[in-house]
Amino acid sequence: MKKLIIALLISFASTSVFAGSHSPCGVTSGSINILANEFTTYRIFMDEVKSCAGPDADFNVTHSVDHNKLQVAALSANPAEFSAKLVTNGSITPLMNDGLIRPLDDLVAKYGSNLNDNQKITIDGKIYAVAFMANAQHLWYRESILNDLGIAVPSTYEEVIAAAEKIKAAGVMENPYAGAFKSGWNLGQEFVNMYLGHGGEFFKSGSAQPNVNNEKGVAALNVIKKLTELSNPDFLTQDTNAVKEEWESGNVALMHVWNSGAASLLDDEGDQNIKADTRLAPSPTVGGGNKPATTLWWDGIAIATNTSDENAEASFRALVGAASSTDLANNNPNATVWLIKGYTPGDTAGPVVDAASRGTTPYPSFPHMSLMHGALSTELVEFLQGNESAEKALADVEAAYIAKATEQGFL
Amino acid sequence: MPHKTFFWFILPTGLAMILFIGLPIVSSFFQSLHIETEQILMEVENCDPFGCKTNVRVDVEATEKLRQENPLGRFNGFGTYTDRNHLAFDEIGEAWNTSSSMIEFKDIVLNLPFYKALLFTLTFCFAVTPPVIILGFIVALSVNTLSKIIKGFIVFGTILPMIVTPLIGSLVLFWMIDSQGIIGASIQILFDDPNLSLKASSNLTWITLIIYGIWHNTPFAFVVFYAALQTVPQDPIEAAYIDGASRYQRVRYIVIPHLYPVATFIMLICLMDNFRVFEPIIGFSAEGVAQSLSWMIYQDLRNENKMLFGSAGATSMLTIIGIAFLLTPVLIRTWKEFRTER
Repeated sequence: MKKLIIALLISFASTSVFAGSHSPCGVTSGSINILANEFTTYRIFMDEVKSCAGPDADFNVTHSVDHNKLQVAALSANPAEFSAKLVTNGSITPLMNDGLIRPLDDLVAKYGSNLNDNQKITIDGKIYAVAFMANAQHLWYRESILNDLGIAVPSTYEEVIAAAEKIKAAGVMENPYAGAFKSGWNLGQEFVNMYLGHGGEFFKSGSAQPNVNNEKGVAALNVIKKLTELSNPDFLTQDTNAVKEEWESGNVALMHVWNSGAASLLDDEGDQNIKADTRLAPSPTVGGGNKPATTLWWDGIAIATNTSDENAEASFRALVGAASSTDLANNNPNATVWLIKGYTPGDTAGPVVDAASRGTTPYPSFPHMSLMHGALSTELVEFLQGNESAEKALADVEAAYIAKATEQGFL
Repeated sequence: MPHKTFFWFILPTGLAMILFIGLPIVSSFFQSLHIETEQILMEVENCDPFGCKTNVRVDVEATEKLRQENPLGRFNGFGTYTDRNHLAFDEIGEAWNTSSSMIEFKDIVLNLPFYKALLFTLTFCFAVTPPVIILGFIVALSVNTLSKIIKGFIVFGTILPMIVTPLIGSLVLFWMIDSQGIIGASIQILFDDPNLSLKASSNLTWITLIIYGIWHNTPFAFVVFYAALQTVPQDPIEAAYIDGASRYQRVRYIVIPHLYPVATFIMLICLMDNFRVFEPIIGFSAEGVAQSLSWMIYQDLRNENKMLFGSAGATSMLTIIGIAFLLTPVLIRTWKEFRTER
């Protein structure tokens, strides 16, 4: 009896440490159904979410590289197809535009005591998402190849091009550069990076009128063109995952891909010689600019509006349990740059921290940005194939954007 | 058949067609006349891990209120049909006035999304259909002469391309034509050009898609021709044989005239099928260089942002009109044949 009282006292004492908050993990009621992008870091995160949800939870997750295209339709349905969605500062805007994700203030108050303040994404004073990682595209290089040819680590795109040309001329590699140039979202993103690197603005200030057909846009396109000429001729079909395969096959010496790629590029699978030779570097600047030609991203969790409160709570508990798990962060320090409390950054966090400290622009979160991104996705291909001038391609982008924005009611 | 019997006979089919084909078309047409209600924007303060700043967002409540009042959206008439992403009347008019030569005019027009897609769709249609009919006929003739024991296996093998799901079939080929795949690498060795890539140039991509289309569609023509071959009367063939007609003459003067209506049928179906070419474009990741009308609809409905229902509806209507144009000559021909037979 005495022992029981002590045990009760101890357990009472331990719960009182979390006064006013509930432990998120161990979900027993409600069902959890998450839509998420597909890459290794998300898989690691989802393993933690699943273990936080516990064995009794009704748990489902769908990983898809097409998550951006699925999300609006899937969450518009009532009840929504998914109870939660992993979002980024890019993909959250279409959901916000239609009010498809719910404010999380009450759930954060209940279960989010272990969150950092900067994890809470607030829009107009309400929390709509909880971020768990930061990401950015930056330069990756093969140290031995650069050393053999006496090339310094490039810090501008002009140097990247010179380095790639030198590697090609030396006959070391046929296509030494790689980037995700797949026509579609990836290609649009390359332009976004390069245009922001040149100091461009996508819209005329204070309006939804496009503003890419200018000198900065042309300069950005010309740099992309140079880079694609040093890439695999199939570049228009290669997304980030395909580029990572090229890297692991040893076909590439320089590439500009996501920091979170470290989770698969630096794991124990694949050619360990290439892994040992892989180095990360800050994202280069371009055209004499002082900001790196890349964008900052956060990845976070959001809960559907059109789902029952029970499912919303269940999903939030499991997700926020992982998003505040110091163990997750410190057991996988190189998987990405975690925003989780108590995380000690690993060796690979440098380029993202560098990008943030040098004032890199976060990916623009205008409500009409995804229409611009969509227009960039399809209208730049002909220029890269040499069938069109840069000015014509950018004029096409603006015209395609205007037609779509008019139909959507932004213009 | 008396009209009354015919009416009762066709009634269930007619009702089902109105319900599942007619009404959706009418509904798409109405949707295509509308665009989204105006989006009301407001300035808000956003905070994220990279700091706080003022940004614009859509005023969901106000926009939702407008949407409740006009669930279909704003009436736009045929505005969507004539905008740049469809028939582009303004752009074509301007091109006509400003371009100095027909070639320049043609370049400007074929750079517009709808006409670009139409060009590929028609090219695909007319490049795939004739080879499919000819190849299907040759394969059917060849298989028909095989001995019974191996015929079953050969027929099965021949129709495999049709059984394979188009998306899977094109993905398999996509990896085979990769510069490290068996076909891609062989072609590089054959032409002695290590940079040759079937995926890189638009012409080669078009040719790849067309060859895929022929590969995928031939079994259909084969199956129909093969079935029709079983109905060719043996008496005239034997008579011709006795008269000393060669195999070519027997095929040319007896088999082909007998199969003529079947060929028209295959052409009809093939043209319709190929006009809505879509899966291989996705499978071959060829969106960049080859867009079809169906792909445009897909793009509108799976845009990065919201679904553009009006735009998709307009493209659907234009596709239906396109198919109608394409099939009219074939239908008129069938009708004439039908009349002469009576």
